[in-house]
Amino acid sequence: MVDVLRYRDDEPVADPAVTVDSFAEQSNAAAVRIEPGDDARDLLPHLEQLRLVEVNFPAFTDGRGYSAARILREAGYAGELRAVGDVLLDQLGHMRRCGFDAFAPDKPIEAADAEVAFNRWPEVYQATGDGRQPIWAKRHG
Amino acid sequence: MYKYDQYDQAMVDTRVAEFRDQTQRRLEGKLSEDQFKPLRLQNGLYLQLHAYMLRVAVPYGTLSSAQMHMLADIADKYDRGYGHFTTRQNIQYNWIKLEDAPDILADLATVEMHAIQTSGNCIRNISSDQFAGAAADEIADPRPYAELLRQWSSFHPEFLALPRKFKIAVIASQTDRAAMKLHDIGIRIVKNEAGELGAAFYVGGGMGRTPMIAPCIKEFVPLDQLITYSEACLRVYNRYGRRDNKYKARIKILVHELGKDEYTRQVEEEFAHLQTQGIEPPLAELERIKAHFADPAFEAAASDDLDLSDPGFALWVERNCVAHKQPGYIIANISLKPVGGIPGDASAEQIHLMADLAKAYSFDELRVTHAQNIVLPHVKKADLHALWQKLDAAGLGTANLDTVEDIIACPGLDYCSLANARSIPVAQKISQRFAETGKTETLGELKLKISGCINACGHHHAGHIGILGVDRKGVENYQLLLGGCEGDDTSLGQITGPGFDEDGIVGAVETATNVYLANRQDGERFLDTYRRIGMAPFKEALYG
Ligand code: HEM
Ligand code: SF4
Repeated sequence: MVDVLRYRDDEPVADPAVTVDSFAEQSNAAAVRIEPGDDARDLLPHLEQLRLVEVNFPAFTDGRGYSAARILREAGYAGELRAVGDVLLDQLGHMRRCGFDAFAPDKPIEAADAEVAFNRWPEVYQATGDGRQPIWAKRHG
Repeated sequence: MYKYDQYDQAMVDTRVAEFRDQTQRRLEGKLSEDQFKPLRLQNGLYLQLHAYMLRVAVPYGTLSSAQMHMLADIADKYDRGYGHFTTRQNIQYNWIKLEDAPDILADLATVEMHAIQTSGNCIRNISSDQFAGAAADEIADPRPYAELLRQWSSFHPEFLALPRKFKIAVIASQTDRAAMKLHDIGIRIVKNEAGELGAAFYVGGGMGRTPMIAPCIKEFVPLDQLITYSEACLRVYNRYGRRDNKYKARIKILVHELGKDEYTRQVEEEFAHLQTQGIEPPLAELERIKAHFADPAFEAAASDDLDLSDPGFALWVERNCVAHKQPGYIIANISLKPVGGIPGDASAEQIHLMADLAKAYSFDELRVTHAQNIVLPHVKKADLHALWQKLDAAGLGTANLDTVEDIIACPGLDYCSLANARSIPVAQKISQRFAETGKTETLGELKLKISGCINACGHHHAGHIGILGVDRKGVENYQLLLGGCEGDDTSLGQITGPGFDEDGIVGAVETATNVYLANRQDGERFLDTYRRIGMAPFKEALYG
């Protein structure tokens, strides 16, 4: 069991996450795992029942999971969004901006180091739906 | 010129701190080379044959004198006294130490510069027309749009691990001087029938091993949807671009495999969705940026007279200067292609001098061109002769813009770890040969481009004459291509036939130009004659 860095107040889901394929068949699961090749939009009709979506990063250089995360958040998904796999310190901040609020890295990351990474960027240029005000909004506030 | 406010400055300062920390962790062994590589690449640091190479961003090719001076200082302090201007309007240093990189970035940040996303699989530095804001034929200055896109693409969290690198060019005039259709996204600012400005999107162009010309996927994107539309293009690519084979990972392959119509349909769907997400900066932001690019204080009564009695000056004006939109002013190109020199190289002293001249004669502004030259965009005609004399005295007055001597060449086997063959010595020999035979002027406009391998960093596909270095049984060999063009009538060069050795390729170029001279009709450039008579006469002369 890997350590999970979690930035939510609700109770974690205990159920193991099922694949997108098996979710399509037995769609009462509350936890599902997306692989890079899966289409996050397949989950949109079921967001109400989902409480945990894991997005797998088999290699940190494969950035499809960033889009998957934003698509889910843009559609209103409010449950836990957990990045799992090859999740590294230098990518944490970007993942957070795309809507991830939990991280299960293959190689554990110290909570204190993660905190530094999240606070690295005092300003941001883009609106990504993470609640941060982009620079352009501050300029024309 | 664009000036940073406290936010822009905070962004580059933060980046310096972040990279210092990453480099530290690498040097301490806490980051593996595999983990560090994408991080250093996104800061422009490549590991090459002899040392690290650092690529510094010159957004849309525009520099102030202070920035140019800093580039010279860096060449002196951290390199061997040289900088190399590249086809992506950036500058590269070939002899950098990893330990120095954070300090270099800190120095750059003091003059509002950086190396952010100048390599790696992310959105790269955005290129533009080198005559922006000065060209007589532009409908708008394209740089405010490029700056808006620069900010949007800097550290965009969704697009930092794309399938492959991503290059965007923005132009706004009739003539395409930026090879816009050979970019992942080419944007042309256009006017619709109502007289409003908008953006035409060309997506899926590129060079490399499978060169493709970008099709237009949308004729008119209103200016207040520019970022949203770009984001839609990128998201479809990030999700569906191929990741199984890095040679098929560029967006051109996705657009080609899906077909332009299907790709466009997916972008439109994403666009419709993203329009509900509030990701577009307000038009006021574009207006704020535009104010930075207001015309300099041109003298309204500046005279259009030019005294061309000095023949050396007259030739340089004819070859290297271009019409300006403002009466009494002219655009002056500084060729970094002295006969027998290394294309795009400049010494620290030359860079300092160009900075000083920009301050004295060009409202403090310079541009880097994709043909690896420097532009002083706003020179008063009355000052032109004095400027030329100073350039000439420093070896910067070569009158050969767009001629066979104005060669684009990649670093090739002299520096690059991927090279099959050397590019620089071939460029040197060709320019020497034509300068000696005195044919350069007779040939007129002739764009010659050399790449040391199939990656095409030297744009060989787009040369009127292209040269491609290949490896033939362990020996450097050069293929000849004819008929490429990067402008509005973009075309890709065709290979003539079997390759040549280093001396053979110089002779082959000369043979091809002889075919042109024998066949040309009034006013035809090399490219025009080739298009009219086709490959056969050239083949005949080369191999017959
Ligand atoms: C010396 C180190 C360099 C390396 C290792 C390198 C590597 C590459 C590679 C692998 C590609 C092919 C990308 C693809 O097709 O997906 C490429 C393309 C390109 N590079 Fe370089 N390059 C280097 C230097 C340069 C320099 C100095 C310039 C500018 C003068 C440059 C400009 C370009 C351009 C314009 C392309 C074609 C872009 C396209 O396909 O859209 N590169 N480079
Ligand atoms: S074309 Fe090839 S040899 Fe030339 S710089 Fe690019 S990768 Fe290196």
